[in-house]
Amino acid sequence: MPDATDRRILRQLLADPDASNSALADRAGVTTASLWRRVERMRAAGVISAIRSRIDWRALGWEVEVSLRFTLDKTNPRALDEFIAAAREVPEVTEIQTFLGSVDLRLSVIARDMAHWQQVYRDRILTLPHVSDSDALMLVSTIKDSAELTL
Amino acid sequence: MSGLDSIDLAILRLLAEDATRSAAEIGRSIGIGQSAAWRRIRKLGESGVLAGRRVVVDNAALGFGVTVFLGIRLAAKGRVSLEDFERAVTAIPEVQTVQHVLGQFDYRLRITARDISDFERILRRRIMTLPGVGQVEANVMLSEERLPGPLGALAGR
Repeated sequence: MPDATDRRILRQLLADPDASNSALADRAGVTTASLWRRVERMRAAGVISAIRSRIDWRALGWEVEVSLRFTLDKTNPRALDEFIAAAREVPEVTEIQTFLGSVDLRLSVIARDMAHWQQVYRDRILTLPHVSDSDALMLVSTIKDSAELTL
Repeated sequence: MSGLDSIDLAILRLLAEDATRSAAEIGRSIGIGQSAAWRRIRKLGESGVLAGRRVVVDNAALGFGVTVFLGIRLAAKGRVSLEDFERAVTAIPEVQTVQHVLGQFDYRLRITARDISDFERILRRRIMTLPGVGQVEANVMLSEERLPGPLGALAGR
């Protein structure tokens, strides 16, 4: 279990994941060596499950991002597993979430432009199995995107 | 940025998995020198393709057992400015993500709470009191996976 010092470090790390170890150590009030040791321990314990680089797809010329929400035909007990397995095979899918609510599942899908989006949608999305209903939210802009927790 | 070659793509794949990999480690695993790897990583950073780090934590282990995705429709478009709504919603600490979208909703939000009653408090006190808020739809997240995206589709472009 993370102790109070671990939480202080996590709070700083989540607020500013690009800060250097020495800056984070300063803000958390620990030495750099202790910060490194504690971060490594939290990674080993799975409290920190990953530190990933974000890829900015817009910088690569992929201009379109769509949030697709699906309701599945739940009369088939394998519907969810089979849908997810098929969605993983679509290279343009960057996120898959499952839900308890009026929506069963959500995909983030990216495309180069609207013509490409139309092609991905027709060839790869409409062919996904067990869909009973879906709707699309087209991303205009991301105003906030943070992993911060009120630790 | 265009003109990424297969080495750049391999670097992106490795860093998207683990951003703490050193240039030496990356160079070794794709068969180029440390300084060549370092130069490429710097170039990917400068062009904005590598857009910083994402720290993924086990929210449940830290006492945050509930993540909810909200769709929000503004009630009185034209009367409430988007800027006012956006300023107020981004100031809520439990709101991790705010996206302006087109479709059935105007905004989508990601909220992390300790439990369902904590979420209810956030919903009642923070979300329902936002300027211009109309229809709200909530879906409690059960599982999540992030995929590296179409890195393969960039090869040879």
